[in-house]
Amino acid sequence: MQASVIVFPGSNCDRDVKVSLEHATSKKVNMVWHGDSDIPKSDLIVLPGGFSYGDYLRCGAISAKSNIMKAVITAANKGTPILGICNGFQILIEAGLLPGTLMRNAGLKFVCKDAYLRVENNETIFTKKYSAGAVIRIPVAHHDGNYFADDDVLDKIEDNGQVAFRYATQAGEVNDQANINGSRRNIAGIYNESKNILGMMPHPERLDQAILGGTDGAHLFNSLVNSLA
Amino acid sequence: MKARITITLKSGVLDPQGKAIQHTLDDLGFEGVTKLRQGKIFDIEINETDKTKAETQLTAMSEKLLANMVMENYSVEILD
Repeated sequence: MQASVIVFPGSNCDRDVKVSLEHATSKKVNMVWHGDSDIPKSDLIVLPGGFSYGDYLRCGAISAKSNIMKAVITAANKGTPILGICNGFQILIEAGLLPGTLMRNAGLKFVCKDAYLRVENNETIFTKKYSAGAVIRIPVAHHDGNYFADDDVLDKIEDNGQVAFRYATQAGEVNDQANINGSRRNIAGIYNESKNILGMMPHPERLDQAILGGTDGAHLFNSLVNSLA
Repeated sequence: MKARITITLKSGVLDPQGKAIQHTLDDLGFEGVTKLRQGKIFDIEINETDKTKAETQLTAMSEKLLANMVMENYSVEILD
C-alpha cells in the first residue's frame, strides 16, 4: 500500500501518521505540500491532524480551498481511499466530502485525553481488523470536534452505515457521560456514502505501538494494508 | 464599494459560546438577558460600482468560503 500524507501550514501530526503508516506498510510515505497540484499515485491519501492556518475562519476552512485539495477531491470522487484525522476530518467536512459539520466542543474546553470508541461498522477497508462492536481506546486532542448535522442527515448516515465510531464508556455504552464533546449521537467518525472516505476526531496514530502505551490504533492502519496492499 | 457580511448560526444549532457569554453578562450583573447568539462580521471593500454585481459576488463569497452553510446563515449589506 502506497500512502501519501498532505502537509498543510500548521499540520502537526503529519510526521506521526507517517511513522504509523511506514510501520504498517514498510514503505516510504509520500509527503505532499498543500501548494502542490498533483499527488503521486497513491492507494491511500491521509489528511493529518494539526491546526492548519491557525484554525482561522473555521477549522479546516482555509485548507479545504488549498490547491492540493482539488487533486484530493478528484481522487476521492474516483474512489481513492481518504483518511482525515482531527484537523484532517475538519478539512474533509469543509471540502464537502463528508456530511455535517464540526463545532466548538459543547464544554468549550480543549479536550486532550484517551477516549473510548465503539466500532459501529467493521465492514469497511478502514475497520475490518476490528471485531464488530469492539470498544477501542484512542486519544483525542481537539477544541472543535462537536459533530453536528440535522436529524434528516443523521438518519440518512445511520441508515447507510456511515457512522464509523461513537464515543462510549469503557464498557461500550454510548451515553451522554461518554460524549466528550457534545457530538450528536456521540459520533466520533463518519464515512462518506461509498465508504472510501473516513473522517475521525480521535488520533489512531498516537496509540499504534506498545511503546506508546497501546495498539488499538494499529488495527486501523493494518485494515487498510490488508484491504489495499 | 464597501459592504458588510454578517454570519449568524442557524436557529436550532447549539451555540455554547453564546451561552457562556450570556452567563458572563449575568455574572457581571446585567440582568434580564434572555437570549444571546454570537456570530461574525466581515467588512469588505471591492472594486465594483454596480450594486447588483457586487451583491452577486458577495453572495458567492459567503456561500463558498465565509459561511458554513450547514450551520450558518449570512446576510449581505452594501454600505455605500
